[in-house]
Amino acid sequence: MDFDLTEEQSMLRDSVAGYLGGNYKFADRAAAIHSTQGWRPIVWQALANELGVLGVSFPEHLGGFGGGAIENMVLMEELGKVLSLEPFVPTVIIGGGILQRSNHPAASDLIGGVIAGKTIFAFASNEKNGRYNLASVNTVATADGAGWRLNGTKIAVVAAPLATHLIVTARTGGDQRERKGVSVFMVESSRPGITMVPFTRADGLRAADVKFDSVSLGKDDLIGQLDDGLCIVDPVIDEAIAATCGEACGVMRVMLDSTIEYTKQRKQFGVPLSSFQVLQHRMADMFIHLEQAVSITYMANIKVSDPAPRAISAAKVRVGRACRFVGENAVQLHGGMGMSEELAVSHYFKRALVIENEFGSIDHHLARFERLS
Amino acid sequence: MNLDYTDDENAFREEVREFIAQAYPKELRQAQDSQQGLTKEHTLLWHRVLAEKGWIAPAWPRDLGGTDWTVTQRHIWSQELARADAFELYFFGLSMLGPVLFTFGTEEQKRRFLPDILAGTTWWCQGYSEPGAGSDLASLKTRATRVTGDDGKEYYIVNGQKTWTTLAQYADWGFFLVRTDTEAKPQAGISFLLIDMKSPGVTVNPIITLDGEHEVNDVFLDNVRVPVENLVYEENKGWTCAKALLAHERVGIAGVAQSKRKLEKLYQIAGRAFADNGARLVEDPFFRRKLTELEIDLMALEITELRTLTGEANGRGPGPESSILKICGSEIKQRLQSLAVEAAGADGTDLRPNPEYNLCLTTDGSSGVMGDYLNGRKYTIFGGSNEIQRNIIAKTVLGL
Repeated sequence: MDFDLTEEQSMLRDSVAGYLGGNYKFADRAAAIHSTQGWRPIVWQALANELGVLGVSFPEHLGGFGGGAIENMVLMEELGKVLSLEPFVPTVIIGGGILQRSNHPAASDLIGGVIAGKTIFAFASNEKNGRYNLASVNTVATADGAGWRLNGTKIAVVAAPLATHLIVTARTGGDQRERKGVSVFMVESSRPGITMVPFTRADGLRAADVKFDSVSLGKDDLIGQLDDGLCIVDPVIDEAIAATCGEACGVMRVMLDSTIEYTKQRKQFGVPLSSFQVLQHRMADMFIHLEQAVSITYMANIKVSDPAPRAISAAKVRVGRACRFVGENAVQLHGGMGMSEELAVSHYFKRALVIENEFGSIDHHLARFERLS
Repeated sequence: MNLDYTDDENAFREEVREFIAQAYPKELRQAQDSQQGLTKEHTLLWHRVLAEKGWIAPAWPRDLGGTDWTVTQRHIWSQELARADAFELYFFGLSMLGPVLFTFGTEEQKRRFLPDILAGTTWWCQGYSEPGAGSDLASLKTRATRVTGDDGKEYYIVNGQKTWTTLAQYADWGFFLVRTDTEAKPQAGISFLLIDMKSPGVTVNPIITLDGEHEVNDVFLDNVRVPVENLVYEENKGWTCAKALLAHERVGIAGVAQSKRKLEKLYQIAGRAFADNGARLVEDPFFRRKLTELEIDLMALEITELRTLTGEANGRGPGPESSILKICGSEIKQRLQSLAVEAAGADGTDLRPNPEYNLCLTTDGSSGVMGDYLNGRKYTIFGGSNEIQRNIIAKTVLGL
């Protein structure tokens, strides 16, 4: 039984924390959100090259350092603390994870591109009326000669405007919500027939609704088995969830710390807010939520490669509840200031809210946990 | 005991329902439905219709432009407005300053200010909170010093900063709590002063809130000259004016009628949205159960509100039970918003309008269902935070 980071993991954390602490101030992030690009490629290049951490969880034969989920968790917590806008989950975890499991001939090159900071993935799976069901796919890939024609619309695809490549779930057989018949394809974003309506999410991340209009797909664009793409996607999404739980812990830690700091400084009725027992208990409860979230995040990341979908759903539920409690109360205890766009706390709150529903709501994961029990 | 409305009250309900149906401006309805954002001019469309009918200020005395409706009739009126998704009128003049003026104001002040409030031609903002005076409003520092001007007339010179001033960017005038005595106990040194927002020295700066909207402001007052005729009631007795408003403000904030309408809409939304398995979200027992709990909590709150109003009609209050209404009403509003975001799924992660899911068709709506939820975090903060409201219950009701 061991809950300590190894020396290497601690060094990883310290080097990333040191870099981000000096180079990812709240003002830097605000400027990036308002820029045309919407993120900070310079940071991505630093993570790739100077720090060399994008490859930390890939096997050595693919150019990585042979680490795994714990390394990703450590990285994600640090990225969460600065509300990073960069596409770590879609690119490294989802893109990298799907390619690794795929036997695709270009997989190692593409993963090399990810590690070098050159290849950016977005995962296009959400559809209108699909809610959180990965098998709810109406985007269709119709057989066309040796390949297919892709038609349909994916909504709210995070990082789509940044991506060099899109990984798309499309139906090659079966009914609307049937698992069988869902295939996974990869296309470069510039392929003809792909149009995007970009927008900025409530948490500051760029996303897009992506329309595929008779996009030509070749044989080599298929990732994994035809009609059976979800058997690769499911465990990879679980990895994404485990990593996102790590990010959430970073987000919550900052919200708790800043609430403590604020209530110590803010005086009303002649005393600091932090002297009121009601608020002390509230912050104690926020702390409990955070620590429970950290515990279950450790469990999820220790077990994720078993695989352990039930543990992942448990983590997503518990972390989701914690995100909501810590976020809402961080705003409440900052009073009117918590409502302002200028202060950082509301931005952390918004990220925590989006995380709550990312890759499935609390209800979705409660149901999945029960199905797996 | 009974819960029945009388025949007269039912007839009244029919009358007002029909009036709203035929008189509600179509242009405003279309703008609300499109959720692309509403302008001040939009809101005035409905205001003018009501002003012409004489129904713009039901709570005011008849001779000052009010109706002679009973408390129950006023309640029915607000239920019917909510039922019709009627735009919520800008209330600072109608519901806050108006009552202060007809209770504490001089005849000249009533003559000067009340007609424009009724007509909608003067908009008012409320200058109360300061950066250092939120929950502890009585500690406010904006200073008003009485001087004689070069013209021989008496003025207050006002210096300070108000914050969180709702819609000050549209306001023609503001009613401000200012400090006129720095030696006395805080509450005993405050005055209620009316300030023309076009006065030299008044600067309004936007505060953008977490939903990206410009709803509140900082108001800086830099040597603003205010004629003493703009003092309401007596110098250093402004806290009395402000306190008189508080209980009414809390009842209003509860928003029970609007919440009932929003719950109805939420059921409809859940009936259209799809769950993971392709059934409608309302058939998902876990989502359904949340709606059920909300509906039951709202039923209880509605009766508490009716008890409060009936008490008021019989000359009792509203008293400390107004804190219950504020606490429960605000929490219910937030639960509704939260469930709407939940229903929207991936469609609810940004701040674009989404009329499909947004409950908030009576206000702007332009930042979508997530924007509505984010904006609604204020319900438990403003109007006396819910922590303060619980203190009030503990001290004044429970004697703790």
